[in-house]
Amino acid sequence: MNIDLIREKFGAGIDGVTMVRSEITVTARRDILIPLLRFLKEEEEFACDFLTDLCGVDYLPAVPRFQVVYHLYSLNYKHRLRVKVALEESDPVVDSCVSLWAGADWHERECFDLFGIVFRRHPNLQRILLPTDFAGHPLRKDFPLAGVQEQ
Amino acid sequence: MGWDMSERTMKINLGPHHPSTHGVLRVVLELDGETVVDAHPDIGFLHRGIEKLAEHRSYHQFIVLSDRLDYLAAMSNNLAYVTTIEKLMEIDIPKRARYIRVALAELQRIASHLFWLGTHAHDLGAMTPLFYMLREREAIMDIFESLTGSRLTPSFMRIGGLAADIDGDFIGAVKAFTDTFADRVDDYETLLTANPIWKSRTKGVGVLDADACINLGVTGPMLRSAGNDWDIRKSHPYSSYEEFHFEIPTGPAGDVYDRYLVRIGEMRESAKIIRQAVDGLPEGPWLAKDARTVFPEKGELQNNIAALIRHFGLVMEGFKVPPGEVYNSIESPRGELGFYIVSDGGARPLRLRVRPPSFVNLQGLVRMIRGKLLSDAVAVIGAIDIVLAEVDR
Repeated sequence: MNIDLIREKFGAGIDGVTMVRSEITVTARRDILIPLLRFLKEEEEFACDFLTDLCGVDYLPAVPRFQVVYHLYSLNYKHRLRVKVALEESDPVVDSCVSLWAGADWHERECFDLFGIVFRRHPNLQRILLPTDFAGHPLRKDFPLAGVQEQ
Repeated sequence: MGWDMSERTMKINLGPHHPSTHGVLRVVLELDGETVVDAHPDIGFLHRGIEKLAEHRSYHQFIVLSDRLDYLAAMSNNLAYVTTIEKLMEIDIPKRARYIRVALAELQRIASHLFWLGTHAHDLGAMTPLFYMLREREAIMDIFESLTGSRLTPSFMRIGGLAADIDGDFIGAVKAFTDTFADRVDDYETLLTANPIWKSRTKGVGVLDADACINLGVTGPMLRSAGNDWDIRKSHPYSSYEEFHFEIPTGPAGDVYDRYLVRIGEMRESAKIIRQAVDGLPEGPWLAKDARTVFPEKGELQNNIAALIRHFGLVMEGFKVPPGEVYNSIESPRGELGFYIVSDGGARPLRLRVRPPSFVNLQGLVRMIRGKLLSDAVAVIGAIDIVLAEVDR
């Protein structure tokens, strides 16, 4: 896998490419996220046809506060790639990738439910695990472990 | 929900308290007569916030929580979790521990598939198989109970090895089980494989081809029944799986019947792996020599003050994990079970994400039952093999 191709293609849109314990992580800017994911899925060199996982991380008090982490996998080459995109607390919005992988649907709903990250152009962005009238997003670090909405 | 005479379709609830939903899954079905026009799965009834709890527990304490994810395959959850931490901390596990882990994980796979097959056949009107399958599952539960003290929630694996070494009784019981198990699977097959009612309820029902599986992220027996032989035990071997000989059963059609055949084949292969593990079990330690995570031996505590302090530290504070992030996954009975853990260098994870195979596989449900009969929906839900505790976490 030639990682340099990613930098060549997206240039300033890529904040960093690291390799730790043979795990490759690409940190990308928000505006190129969907073109990058499409490139990784369709480009022969990467062929990441499988979206293994999608989740949010809250780095409070760091700035930017949130990250959305995509774990991609290629069934053909058997390699994994991690793509991360950082989001500001004041604007936790990112484009949905349901058009690339139908399986992203529930992952994005869960991420919205538990972190309050909004996925633009998601076909049905509603809470999935919690009741629809629930207030707050429990996996945020400023949401207490106990004492909220207890009956 | 209701009964609107002016509309052609009727909305009904399947679940959350319906035996065929295997837990607390609620599916709102829109029916036109007996045909499913649309379906809306509703999940979350069993959400306990395990990922949130993990951020407030030490790394050792989470082992107990991992049992509660997929309670039909607790050993697999233990294995996925501890191997993730071991990868993050670069701990080398003794070979004996790795072999015992393989034997336990495969016993768990058989137990899980047996319970799946029994209840799934029961859903489709076959009462008798359940009693045969529970008999063999009971034997595995007894083995777990004598080794770990628990049947469903063993919490037996530790970061660095196991909670205890196995004893002679374990090997004897496992050998007795594997000696007869192949014949038992033959018995199950005589009940179902050529049974015309079984075939008419399952053949061509709930088809999900390989491309659709990949697009949805579906893994495990569902993907393999559609003809793709991807199995993490072969493609990314963990815990010494590369030293074992086994086949990956696949099916061509991707329907409910092929999922049944794939799981039957997996049970046979698992029994072979278990036999290889106990026959070739190496001597030696069953815990890594890693002072960061492994508790000192009990005898040492009585005459070594440094060991006592270390024990106290491990219990009261837990151990610190170097900053970083890691993703690691195993082949659980249901598919790819992964953990993504972010550490900030402290004694508790900054983020612990479970990649639950049941959650991802369940997404295929609507696609498989839309336009089909209500009775097919029951067959399809059963064949996905979901555990709602893992779907909802």
